[in-house]
Amino acid sequence: MIEGAAWRKWVYFYIPLTIFVFLLLFPFYWMIVTTVRPDGELYRPWNAPNYTPFWTANPTLEHIQYLLEETLFSTWMLNTMIIALASTAISLVCGVFAGYALARLNFPFAGSLGTGIFITYLVPQTLLFIPLSDIVRNFRLGDTPWALILTYPTFLIPFCTWLMMGYFKAIPKELEECARIDGASRFKAMVYIILPIAVPGILSAGIFAFTLSWNEFIYALVFLSSPEQKTVPVGVTSELIRGDVFFWGPLMAGALLGSIPVALVYSFFVEHYVAGLTGSVKG
Amino acid sequence: MAQVVIRSLNKRFDEVHAVKDVNLEIRDKEFMVFVGPSGCGKTTTLRMIAGLESITSGQILIGDRVVNDLPPMDRDIAMVFQNYALYPHMSVYDNMAFGLKMRKFDREEIRRRVQEAADILGIRDYLHRKPRQLSGGQRQRVALGRAIVRHPQVFLFDEPLSNLDAKLRVQMRVELKKLHERLGTTAVYVTHDQVEAMTLGDRVVVMRDGVVQQVGEPLELYNNPVNRFVAGFLGSPAMNFAPVRVVAANGGGLRIENDGLRLLVPPDQAGRVGRYAGRELTFGIRPEDLRIATDSDPPDLTFEAIVEVVERLGSETLLDIRVGSSAMVAAVEPSAPARVRDRLRLAVNPERMHFFDPETERTV
Amino acid sequence: MSVTTAALRTPEAASRSRVKGLLEDERWLAAALLFPTMLLLGLFIAYPFVKGVMLSLTSARVGEPGDWVGLANFAKIWDDPIFRRAVWNTFWYTGVTTVFKLALGLWLAVLLNRHFRGKAFVRAFILLPFIIPTVLSTFAWKWMFDPTFSVLNWTFYKLGLITGRINWLGDPDLAMVSVMVVNIWRGVPFYAISLLAGLQTISPELHEAAAIDGARPWQRFWHVTWPLLLPVTMVVVLFSVIQTFADFQLVYVLTGGGPANATHLFATYAYQIAIGTGLLSEGAAISLAMFPVLFLVVVVQLLYIRRVETR
Repeated sequence: MIEGAAWRKWVYFYIPLTIFVFLLLFPFYWMIVTTVRPDGELYRPWNAPNYTPFWTANPTLEHIQYLLEETLFSTWMLNTMIIALASTAISLVCGVFAGYALARLNFPFAGSLGTGIFITYLVPQTLLFIPLSDIVRNFRLGDTPWALILTYPTFLIPFCTWLMMGYFKAIPKELEECARIDGASRFKAMVYIILPIAVPGILSAGIFAFTLSWNEFIYALVFLSSPEQKTVPVGVTSELIRGDVFFWGPLMAGALLGSIPVALVYSFFVEHYVAGLTGSVKG
Repeated sequence: MAQVVIRSLNKRFDEVHAVKDVNLEIRDKEFMVFVGPSGCGKTTTLRMIAGLESITSGQILIGDRVVNDLPPMDRDIAMVFQNYALYPHMSVYDNMAFGLKMRKFDREEIRRRVQEAADILGIRDYLHRKPRQLSGGQRQRVALGRAIVRHPQVFLFDEPLSNLDAKLRVQMRVELKKLHERLGTTAVYVTHDQVEAMTLGDRVVVMRDGVVQQVGEPLELYNNPVNRFVAGFLGSPAMNFAPVRVVAANGGGLRIENDGLRLLVPPDQAGRVGRYAGRELTFGIRPEDLRIATDSDPPDLTFEAIVEVVERLGSETLLDIRVGSSAMVAAVEPSAPARVRDRLRLAVNPERMHFFDPETERTV
Repeated sequence: MSVTTAALRTPEAASRSRVKGLLEDERWLAAALLFPTMLLLGLFIAYPFVKGVMLSLTSARVGEPGDWVGLANFAKIWDDPIFRRAVWNTFWYTGVTTVFKLALGLWLAVLLNRHFRGKAFVRAFILLPFIIPTVLSTFAWKWMFDPTFSVLNWTFYKLGLITGRINWLGDPDLAMVSVMVVNIWRGVPFYAISLLAGLQTISPELHEAAAIDGARPWQRFWHVTWPLLLPVTMVVVLFSVIQTFADFQLVYVLTGGGPANATHLFATYAYQIAIGTGLLSEGAAISLAMFPVLFLVVVVQLLYIRRVETR
């Protein structure tokens, strides 16, 4: 609600919004430009007279080619995809079940269990990665995808549970009561009646969990050691840097390509993602 | 088809004793209505019959099986909910077929039964639609259809008409009645609307605070309520009550009087009322048992009243009147020449006077 | 179900129906539904927590269990100047970035709460910094911060703001500022979108009523919007504080804790000690040192949620 002259609208609205959008998106533009910039141009100091930061006259795909042919990047992509999908699937099943139990069933200690799960939701990965690395080694999961497939759910399940609880609570109780009278067991009423209605919630939780798994860094960094087991964030970090030398072209190409799966998933399900995000902070 | 027997049924939620020692026999093919204000325990009782609420103590039998520990799916009942509880992700057809699928009926039989129910209820054209594409009345029919395809032993209804607008409610009420006559399935119906209770029920159970007040046929409850609560709950507009004192009349017999009333107690009631001679009593008279007095009315069956509001409904005229310090309502003929602030003489129907103990509220 | 048919059933069928019967009981069904969650959370949250505490009381290194040393590790890190610097950094980092993220996020949310063409599009795009894997976008920043090839230096130079080169990540103070900038950049969209969701629940009629009552735009924001937005804001801030306090990736990628250990946070220092030098026990002690603060934040959050719910 801005009254008055057009210039006010510009000053109070269009200009700040444009600046926000520009600053928030510029690093991605920079990533793209760097990816297609030939090395000769890339390593030209900023105070050189022919420094052209915002465009390149000779776009090239050499960095992408290098990334795909000379590094294990495609393996990392595959690893990340498998790990993200598997841990999301596990978390969804657990989260939907637990959310249903907490939202719908009466049982002893329901309240304290709910609080307990909420607290684990707030435990950051960096609090536990050191003892967990020991445990993962003891379970002989070290340097295998299972190390991540089984540990990622620890931060995904609480989130999924929390989100699903909210969804289940919004579904009228009578629906499953009716189903139970119609001849369904409690479990069947959940599977045939409640879950189909909760599909938007499940989708939101799934999208959000997928992006979180794709994003995870410290567990992957600590639990995996062989180059061919790594995920994209860790692979890019550790394998595209030799000592102090950064291969910026392939690095940016890796950052760009590594972002594409999440960006794609996100672009298809923006609304679900936003619902998951805002649902995650709703008490 | 089955009877439902309830024996010393109790339900406690943490601190609330919601249902207290209910005993009831619902006969085979009977349409039994539970009525009472909200929180009276009628819905809880229904939910215990359905198996949706655990039983604190007592027994429920459907047919001749004790069903206390049976899950809802094994009780062979069907229920219609206030909000219809239609499965939003299924078509009308699948909504109706769901219970049959769960019971592993074969496809052809399911189709036959759904078609049959759809024909009875006139919803054949909507079978492929989703519930959200239906109007309130259509949803109501689908909910009914879902109950009848199952051919259950007992129908349970939890205020099924209360989400409909007034006109549709009257229409559905008639259809429900017809449906019950056609199918003859035992039905238990919960409502807070006494008109529904009176019109639908073969018998009516009036509950208050978890306790059954009275069970009986509608007119029996209407004419011979056991206490002031039942008398006041059934009937619209509600029965008028006034505190009175019982005194001996001049020519023998008894009179009741207060600051506005002076009425002769009919001889056939005098015996029971006599025990209250010299004491307080609550006098009850239904609005339709009052009329504008004529010269031929005996004066000790009439009283004077001041008209405060006149509501002309067309079929009758309601007068809100003041009698001494009591407010009353009289339902008189439509053309009654009454105006606000008029002083009128009204006559009571001596056969329909009610008397209640002011402490126990029981009918004298 | 009559007695005779039950008797004719095979033992497996009978036990299957007994399981079915149990699952009709709310308590058993709840136990079954919660079991996988409890198993995973117990195995990979509760157990590591206990193990972390045990570890921090020993002298364990990678590959050797070590001996019981009591609180020696905590005494050691208490005297460690780098640890003290990391503690200070973490609080400073969390405090500064949270203020900026809240202010900028709120501003952006208010801007986005208007109707304009392409709103859905803009909203979708500005969330990108939050959803793109942090490590990958942080590399783009690291490249922008590069002292020799920095586009930032070029821009500021062209704008006449600087005269020589700036070594963004090489100078201890500037390095901290740089890390904070990236954290704010990444966090603003999260604040903005969450707060926008909160703003959208505030009925426009309230603003209209306040406007009719004579409130100016700033007064309307301060007396109507802000109090109604406060519950959402609280939750968003608490979530973000926990994440920021325990942050690892930004510092790991941008500075690795340097230069000269000037930008270490709890997590990066714990990583360096435990994984870098193999002192598991001391690393565990460092990351556990975060626990009291996190615990406090969680308690505040739980109390706040309870208060809002009971209101």
